[in-house]
Amino acid sequence: MGNSRELRGAILSNIGSYEKRRENFSWDIAKEVLDWEEGEKLNIGAMCSDRICAQGKGDKKALIWQGFGGKQKTYTFNDLRVLSNGFAKFLKELGVEPGEKVCLFMDKIPELYVSFLGVLKMGAVAQPLFSAFGDESLEVRLLSADTKVIFTTRKHVKKVRKIQDRLPALEKIVVVEGNPNKLRDEEIYFSMEDFRTEDFTVYEAGPDTPSVLHYTSGTTGQPKGAQHGHGSVWGQALTTSWVLDLKDDDIYWCTADPGWVTGTSYGIIGPWSLGVTQCVLDSGFTSAAWYQFIQDNKVTVWYSAPTAIRSLMRDGEGLVKQYDLSSLRHLASVGEPLNAEAVVWSEKVYGLAFLDTFWQTETGSMMITNFPGMKIKPGSMGKPFPGIVAGILDLKTNEPVTEPGTVGLIAFRPGWPSMFKEYVKKPDIYRSKFVGAADDAMPAELRVDESLWYVSGDRASFDKDGYYWFVGRDDDVINTGGHLVGPFEIESALVEHEAIAEAAAIGKPDEVNMEVVKVFITLNPGFEQSDDLELNIMNFIRKRLSPLAMPQDIEYMEKLPKTRSGKILRRYLKALEWGQDVGDLSTLEDD
Amino acid sequence: MADEMKDMILEYVIEEYVDEEDDEEEVSYDTPLISSGIVDSFSMVSLKVFLEKKCHVSLPDKEATPEAFDTVNKICELVRRFQD
Repeated sequence: MGNSRELRGAILSNIGSYEKRRENFSWDIAKEVLDWEEGEKLNIGAMCSDRICAQGKGDKKALIWQGFGGKQKTYTFNDLRVLSNGFAKFLKELGVEPGEKVCLFMDKIPELYVSFLGVLKMGAVAQPLFSAFGDESLEVRLLSADTKVIFTTRKHVKKVRKIQDRLPALEKIVVVEGNPNKLRDEEIYFSMEDFRTEDFTVYEAGPDTPSVLHYTSGTTGQPKGAQHGHGSVWGQALTTSWVLDLKDDDIYWCTADPGWVTGTSYGIIGPWSLGVTQCVLDSGFTSAAWYQFIQDNKVTVWYSAPTAIRSLMRDGEGLVKQYDLSSLRHLASVGEPLNAEAVVWSEKVYGLAFLDTFWQTETGSMMITNFPGMKIKPGSMGKPFPGIVAGILDLKTNEPVTEPGTVGLIAFRPGWPSMFKEYVKKPDIYRSKFVGAADDAMPAELRVDESLWYVSGDRASFDKDGYYWFVGRDDDVINTGGHLVGPFEIESALVEHEAIAEAAAIGKPDEVNMEVVKVFITLNPGFEQSDDLELNIMNFIRKRLSPLAMPQDIEYMEKLPKTRSGKILRRYLKALEWGQDVGDLSTLEDD
Repeated sequence: MADEMKDMILEYVIEEYVDEEDDEEEVSYDTPLISSGIVDSFSMVSLKVFLEKKCHVSLPDKEATPEAFDTVNKICELVRRFQD
């Protein structure tokens, strides 16, 4: 944060001067960054493998992977090319057509990364899902997407078996790791190494051709599928270059899981489209293991999350000193707001401040960020990426505010290349995200209409220098460890528990995870509160939905606060929990 | 007493984290739980709550590391340390 570092960053970083980049911006600069020539075939899968080989980097390391027990594997870009060809060919032979959905449901194993490229290469849509999801979370997402094929592992196939009868579109279950002798007759075993394929004719995509489908949670209803297109690569590559500052000789580590958007936009597409080597650690978090991993692999650029950073802080500076972390040259963070204390701490102990980046599943790439060489204001989200028109909309009028410090809704003018194309089967909800949209406007019109505002669902303000400051969500979605969890999903699952009559879920403040799930419940007659019941409820949600959705605090109530029309007042419970003003209670049901 | 605690934890781990279909994973007192992936790191929280409720102990977050939770024997050591 000192002046010399800012100056050095501005001179040596890929972005150079932020102000100059804003003045002369065009998304076509992404093509220059990628050395793209007109007439080349657009397809993210090929751009991350075949194209890098064609540039003469086939022997360069693409993936350095480490799993449980220190097991290691390394893959070159040529390995990515022939192995992803194998997946693509296999899918084609299975009868999968371009545009059909292929789910990737596995831990962060090499097959996840390679199959992602293979699915895209043959024109299908990659639908990565977080492997810790329980069977109910999995079912909702596969059903919504009409997923045709699922790639999974012996460890996770059991969850698929429980729900497959309720998924009419699911035709094939393919297991890519584990003992093939333990599979059922209808399941197919696919060993990636046995399917190395030299030649495959890649599907030629357009910028709007569906590529990646990520599900995201909202306040009401089940999760929504945010569909992205192959043209997203321009936004992802350019932000990777200018914000993460990746250069050809970097060793990059993105700690995110590709089950979430960071893990694909910046854990696959960004680095590999630029031909950069990346590392993946697929084992449980410990500070010591992470430092060891950085030291062993000489990681230079590290993109992580506030929850992890705060856990590292908790383990202290003494541990940091036991490792040689001198290879690190640039750090960035995403998932939830990075508190000022964490920024200052990282500057002190690593000699480098973690730079916060703000974006979301729907935006596909970074929107408001801190840049290498820019003056950092700890706790600030930074400034809009060049080419992104951001604004803060008044909470009542939806008009852009002009006064610094005014809290409103973070919004963006549509049209950036990584913007999501639609919510699967939910055009009305897509339309509701745009201020000023006509009642009958369809996604294809909305996403290019620069007169509209796309509203993110978060609140912030900007200061007199143009820095944005995060305030909080504008809805009831719970952000735990950088993952969004919908209260509706949790409440729906809770009332399926035999002991529970009614339920409300909120986010409760947490020092490390920002929020954890807290639930308020009323019990059915014949049930009483006890430690055993509490554990039973926790595990019920953990297995059905995911460990992230598991309530870490359960409060029993005689009755839940409701409006006169019978709707549970979640915001009232949340305000009480956070010690905030409970607001207008005129609609609260009387006793 | 110590053996009772071990058995209780082992039984809980098998019941809650090992799938009934899975005949490959024989879990014993020294089987790696976290580092083998039987218990994912997100699910450690529920294991910690179980220990705190059943063993009447408060485990500081700083001590509840994946290393300390990696086997039933290690978990027992941790719990005993904070019961004393």
